[in-house]
Amino acid sequence: MSPELTVLACVALPLLAPALITALHRWPNPREAVTLLVSGCLFLLVYSLHDAVLHGARPAIDLAEPLPGLKIGFEVEPLGMLFALLASFLWMVTSIYSIGYLRSHHEWRQTSYYSYFAVALGSAMGIAFAGNLFTLFIFYELLTLSTYPLVTHAGDDAAREGGRMYLGYLLGTSVIFLLLALIWTWSLTGTLDFRAGGILEDVVTPGTASILLVLFIFGIGKAALMPFHLWLPAAMVAPTPVSALLHAVAVVKAGVFTILKVAIYIFGIDFLAEIPATRWLMYVAAATILLAAIVALRQDNLKLRLAWSTISHLSYIVLGALLATPLGIVGSGMHIVMHAFAKITLFFCAGAILVATHKTRISEMDGLGRRMPVTMAAFFIASLSIIGLPPLGGFWSKWYLALGTLDAQQLAMLGVLIAGSMLNIAYLLPIPMRAFFRRESVDPGATVSRKAPLACVAALLLTVAACVVLFFCPEPVYRLMQLLVTREG
Amino acid sequence: MLLSNLPALQVVIPLVSAPVCLLLRNPRHAWACALLTSWLVLAMAVMLVQSVYAGGTISYAIGAWATPWGIGYRVDMAGALMILIIATIGAVVMPYAWHSIQHELHKKHTGLFYTCYLLCLTGLLGIVVTGDAFNLFVFLEISSLSSYVLISLGSKRRALTAAYQYLVMGTIGATFILIGVGLLYMITGTLNMLDLSQRLPEVADTRTIRVAFAFVTVGVSIKLALFPLHLWLPNAYTFAPSVVSAFIAATATKVGVYVLLRFFFTVFGIRFSFAAMHVGEILMLLAVTAILIASLVAVFQDNIKRMLAYSSVAQIGYIILGISLASSDGVTAGMLHLFNHALIKCALFLAMGCIFLRLGSVELKDMHGLARQMPWTMAAFVAGGLSLIGIPLTAGFISKWYLVSAALKDGYWPLAVLILVSSLLALIYIWRVVEAAYFNMPGATMHRVKEAPASMLIPTWLLIGANLYVGVNASLIIDIAHQGADILIGQVLR
Repeated sequence: MSPELTVLACVALPLLAPALITALHRWPNPREAVTLLVSGCLFLLVYSLHDAVLHGARPAIDLAEPLPGLKIGFEVEPLGMLFALLASFLWMVTSIYSIGYLRSHHEWRQTSYYSYFAVALGSAMGIAFAGNLFTLFIFYELLTLSTYPLVTHAGDDAAREGGRMYLGYLLGTSVIFLLLALIWTWSLTGTLDFRAGGILEDVVTPGTASILLVLFIFGIGKAALMPFHLWLPAAMVAPTPVSALLHAVAVVKAGVFTILKVAIYIFGIDFLAEIPATRWLMYVAAATILLAAIVALRQDNLKLRLAWSTISHLSYIVLGALLATPLGIVGSGMHIVMHAFAKITLFFCAGAILVATHKTRISEMDGLGRRMPVTMAAFFIASLSIIGLPPLGGFWSKWYLALGTLDAQQLAMLGVLIAGSMLNIAYLLPIPMRAFFRRESVDPGATVSRKAPLACVAALLLTVAACVVLFFCPEPVYRLMQLLVTREG
Repeated sequence: MLLSNLPALQVVIPLVSAPVCLLLRNPRHAWACALLTSWLVLAMAVMLVQSVYAGGTISYAIGAWATPWGIGYRVDMAGALMILIIATIGAVVMPYAWHSIQHELHKKHTGLFYTCYLLCLTGLLGIVVTGDAFNLFVFLEISSLSSYVLISLGSKRRALTAAYQYLVMGTIGATFILIGVGLLYMITGTLNMLDLSQRLPEVADTRTIRVAFAFVTVGVSIKLALFPLHLWLPNAYTFAPSVVSAFIAATATKVGVYVLLRFFFTVFGIRFSFAAMHVGEILMLLAVTAILIASLVAVFQDNIKRMLAYSSVAQIGYIILGISLASSDGVTAGMLHLFNHALIKCALFLAMGCIFLRLGSVELKDMHGLARQMPWTMAAFVAGGLSLIGIPLTAGFISKWYLVSAALKDGYWPLAVLILVSSLLALIYIWRVVEAAYFNMPGATMHRVKEAPASMLIPTWLLIGANLYVGVNASLIIDIAHQGADILIGQVLR
């Protein structure tokens, strides 16, 4: 298969999978086999593009032209490659986890769950491989809409409220700010293509560019920059695997990925450094890092604490992009991957705890380490990776982000990074410590506990192992990001 | 032979088959006659559009009387787009009508319904093809009178008052247009639009012409339900039979917009209308108010047909907003939205018709949990709703994109923001229905509700498909709209 067709297949395969999944709705085992098979094939397809992209190939294909001059088309470049690899790999793992989780939880509407999940992944692939900003926007909106049924899966009043926030924030910001920025850029430059070095530099004044940048950064609501972050805690009404893959990886990372794409290919990092608004937005990102971490400290619900932590960590990536230095960009790209593996592990653990003990509050988790040693150990290791301690992958991304701040001579931002990591310690480590060192409060009602499903444990072991592996060989991630900035420079 | 007479046949064929429907006593035969006619009309419309697209504007002299003396028909690109809209909607709603009309109308009225429907079709098509200002008034009256009857056929008694209200306002509008046309005739001595456009510049600076302009503008604005002259519309759309709501929402007001375009650009000319009379500023203000207020009112409606009606008032605001820019891009955006909104609103009203057939109500409170019982209908409503909001890959997105970029090009960035913000209001009112149908617990009798019959679902989904197709590949429609806009604007600059 030619690389162009492979690109198309990467997007089309998950988008078409729901047909098969729905057809098999009476037979759960073949139905789940479809999900596993499609996710496995998808990863292999994406991976088959990897070597070519590393050696400079940029397979591209155009599909349609809804408006004259505006194409729906795909082009694979290193950053998209990275995001696609990440999302497709973690979809495989999450699918295994989902099967264990949904079955032992006796969730309803499992067929529609797997269908929308596949559509969401297809949209994420579309975002990753989008050849221009217009295509990216289309899949960005498709991702919002296809994840709405997943967020509201429970179908109760809480789900409805959460869904309202989710849709309101994400569609609202994207329609009012992002679409305006898109049409404005289009009317100024006559193109929405991603070009190395950006398309705006010679066309607009730094003043106009400032307004555009503000519209872009806040318009990409999926990056959850304050004050447009409240949808993420609201989305925690979703089943845990959805929170794990979509609201720690696919959706939120699609947001910061879009910001990186805009920074690199629409503005160009040299021009970005000259725009006055860049610095102010950097302060907003810094404030988000600290404030979200402080709010996380006060959350007793484990999933909510993780959600606030995600908000904080997304802003690390935004900050890295806005530093507008090659090292900052490298750090951002690496943080997309490193944070993804660590955070998805944490969510997997939260889900495993929920299935096994029906506990959602941190204050109830005393002594849990004795009952679920594997899960809690994984939680501990992933926490260390989030904090950024060696020997775990999270170390590298924070390392490069710190180098980026030094490179941009933003010492205050270095201080923010360090303070953020301190807060990470404060809100994450107490959880495994409670679990291992405190004695379980004797609660006669809580004797119904079961073991976490094997599929769940296997999935979280896989991702936590990846956290360790990524410390010893971050090379693949680094090389892709390096390719991005050297081409840029 | 056939091809050269298309503009006349387009009008004559539905006009002739209208009384035939009345004579056929069997409802099924009347329906078959109307169905056949509307499909024939569509076939002719497609041929007509093709020949205009290939060979430019078509002129036709009725009875071979040369135009200043006889009535001339004239179809240019703008008209071709309108014919396409009307004929498509007509052909799509007719197969749908059978079940819906059988359910909503008394048997003795069905023949009358098909007759009036065909007369309405005749009038609407006539307005578009005619090149004569008085003939336009005649066709306007044909379409209006028949639509009063169509609305009054609604199953609730309030349909009568709604029709009466429309009758009063519509007659005022028609009279205004007639006065305006009379004044024009008084000064120029001609009723042919092209003649008028040539003779008017010499006499443009007279009070009579200004008064004529004002009468025509206000009269047409009532017909197209421009805020604040829209008061007849919500009741009319709410209480009309489902098919009628769908048909009229997609065509009648759109043709009103077309008449406005004709008078502003062809007859009076862009310089007189926009530079001398400053109608652009007035229209822009009214359009903005329409968009905001009607969208807000729509959010608080519990009858979904009424909600869609208010949404129509807002959407007409978008169309008028594009036209008020008086630029090539602006008018293109307006005409594009004319087409797209016809597709969207017709699909949504058809979905409501399916719901009315099964539930006997379109109140929000009766739709709780409906999605489980009528998945296809509700999915169509959601898809149409997304298009109304303007989500990418739908027709609504294309027109929104054009409208915003036209506003930005002329430096009206607050308008651009307003258009985008108001599309979120659409999100709110559409999502109220989605939440009710998908999240709320179904009522006690809900389990007895079945999915609508295929003869109603297929037309609905055809329009949804058209929405999605235009969202992915709009180049043909954009091209037609662009050419139409350029003809309208360019005619006077030449």
